[in-house]
Amino acid sequence: MLGLNNADRKLFLIVVCLVAFAPFILNPFPDNVGMAQFNAGYPDLMQKLVIFGIFAIGYNILFGLTGYLSFGHAAFLGVGSYAGVWMMKLLTMNVVPALIVSVVVAGLFSLLIGYVSLRRTGIYFSILTLAFAQMCYSLAYSVLTPLTGGETGLTLSLNDPRVIGVTEVDGNIPVPHFFGLDMQSAVDLDVAGWSFTFSTGYYFAGVIMLVAFYMSVRLFRSPFGLMLRAIKSNQNRMSYTGLNARPYTLAAFVISGMYAGLAGGLMVAMDPLAGAERMLWTASGEVVLMTILGGAGTLIGPVLGAGVIAYLESIISTINDSILHSWFQALPDSLENFLVTILHPFVGHGWHLTLGLVFMGIVIFLPGGIVEGGRRIGNLFSRKKADDTETAPEPGE
Amino acid sequence: MEAIILQVLNGLDKGSAYALIALGLTLIFGTLGVVNFAHGALFMLGAFCAVTLSRILTLSFETIDPTRTDFLGNPMTVHTPYVEAWFGEAVGGTIIDWAVPLAVIIAIPVMALIGVVMERGLIKHFYKRPHADQILVTFGLAIVIQEIVKAFYGANPIPTPAPEAFIGSFDIGQILGFDPYAIMYPYWRLVYFFFSAVIIAAVFAFLQFTTFGMVVRAGMADRETVGLLGIDIDRRFVIMFAIAAVVAGLAGVMYTPILSPNYHMGMDFLVLSFVVVVVGGMGSLGGAVAAGFLLGILQSFASMSQIIEALPGINQVVIYLVAVVVLLTRPRGLMGRKGVMED
Repeated sequence: MLGLNNADRKLFLIVVCLVAFAPFILNPFPDNVGMAQFNAGYPDLMQKLVIFGIFAIGYNILFGLTGYLSFGHAAFLGVGSYAGVWMMKLLTMNVVPALIVSVVVAGLFSLLIGYVSLRRTGIYFSILTLAFAQMCYSLAYSVLTPLTGGETGLTLSLNDPRVIGVTEVDGNIPVPHFFGLDMQSAVDLDVAGWSFTFSTGYYFAGVIMLVAFYMSVRLFRSPFGLMLRAIKSNQNRMSYTGLNARPYTLAAFVISGMYAGLAGGLMVAMDPLAGAERMLWTASGEVVLMTILGGAGTLIGPVLGAGVIAYLESIISTINDSILHSWFQALPDSLENFLVTILHPFVGHGWHLTLGLVFMGIVIFLPGGIVEGGRRIGNLFSRKKADDTETAPEPGE
Repeated sequence: MEAIILQVLNGLDKGSAYALIALGLTLIFGTLGVVNFAHGALFMLGAFCAVTLSRILTLSFETIDPTRTDFLGNPMTVHTPYVEAWFGEAVGGTIIDWAVPLAVIIAIPVMALIGVVMERGLIKHFYKRPHADQILVTFGLAIVIQEIVKAFYGANPIPTPAPEAFIGSFDIGQILGFDPYAIMYPYWRLVYFFFSAVIIAAVFAFLQFTTFGMVVRAGMADRETVGLLGIDIDRRFVIMFAIAAVVAGLAGVMYTPILSPNYHMGMDFLVLSFVVVVVGGMGSLGGAVAAGFLLGILQSFASMSQIIEALPGINQVVIYLVAVVVLLTRPRGLMGRKGVMED
């Protein structure tokens, strides 16, 4: 089915189920209990999960397969966002043209940057991509303000032309839609204290993510994917066999840039505004983080990594001192205050500290990310011989 | 002509900071072979050494002065720093005033300690790992350090002034024979430039004229052979890491009057310093220093209003543009050695 082998089909079906039932899975607690703040089943967060999933899947095609560590992928996301908003300003609020143009523009952009950056490898490549991304960020912030909105960002307005769509609806800016299907609409389902939200935007993004994931699976299993792996393991050997590696790496770079553009376009489709901070190099760092956390070079890794980080970000950053106090209220007062003081820097505004620590821990102890961790745990419980673990692909080789 | 000299001077202080950070980065890379993304954080920690010292020095106790009243008629509370109470108002006041230069003395052992702990505790385990892992783990460390500083000092920049004696500007134009007030240059920036020149000279002299430096240079050229000669090169490299940390820290301490320290200043400088290192040539100390000053001056030229009018936005991107051009035309950077980072 779908040109996948058995294991991949199983994996793909798991991802389909995860995406389809995410409103249930992410809402494990009823609304009225204290644990409800760990619920992540609201549309904004779920959309973010799948959009960053797409971004990370694309990044993984470059970093996971070829080993080229790009520190500038957020630039493509930002360019995709801007292109998407411009389509909505000029053409129509239908998201399809916006998405197509986002992908195409980001692709062209990454072709340009990739053509230059890929002349170098290793740290030089990282610095070059970083330099280009910072350049885009600075330009978007200053000179290109008429095109990007500068500090305030690019937003829709009532007097945009929207030549094949409508300019306004009842005096309001129309919302993004997919052939009439409103992106911001949602259906609520209340079952015995639980409240599940099914958002159109989420399912739209989810379906696109599934397509993106499917394409990445096919790409991983294709001769092209094999070639990229060969480049990662030894580029010199490739050149000695008379093969020019650069077209392959450039293709991988452009594909991952288009994925980033798609993610940027989807962000716009969910919430039609674009800002320069999406291109900042810390944003590029975040996608690297997601890919590593999940497991670079694995199929499911980036999706998991993106999910975990986006989830942790929104959950940990909402925890404040009073919530911490309510957790430990069963303990003696002195111990309660002590624990709250200890935990305080790690939650709320300090969630980046937690993120940095988790990230360091992963790189130090588990370079293969969550996927490798899962495999190790699996090996502990399975009765396979120890030498089976040796055959596991070594990440970061 | 005045304008040109002025821009060169303006570029010097930023160039000095870039040169110092890039020097440390190159030292670490050349000796340990590690790409240290946390080097900007060391710069930032140095700046916060100065902030901490000036906070410690201004620790004060409250007394109620019955002779004076505030606008509500209550007796006024007077804050007297302990230092002023112990050493008298004049001496104590001077000590507080000179907090930033004094912080240099504190920063040297502190930064050396941080450097050793960082190397032994973390970097040591990453020698054999790929460069991508080194980048990632030090990137994570930089986030952690930066967030810890944020937790303690808050997110706002903390102004830390220079000693009063250095406030004001120096009329360089008059010395060079131009009209008075044509070229004004703040004293502290002049101090910063000379300070970094001294540090750069000291590092080079240390590497060039001492036995220790000779061994280190030999280790940079061929680590294995030096090891075979029975020299414990690792221990010396740890010391070099500490020295690099101190250099970055001192650059940060002295930079505080120019830029009020905030928790993300390290990252801002790090990105540019990496560009500097790459332009100068990975592993070349002279290249790092030269490229640091070169890019600092270029950046200040690009900020001239005439140039911005002709090429809008050029001041934002000139460094990156130069980096791209250099890397594509001279792949090893301006003074890069053969065989460094070419695997």
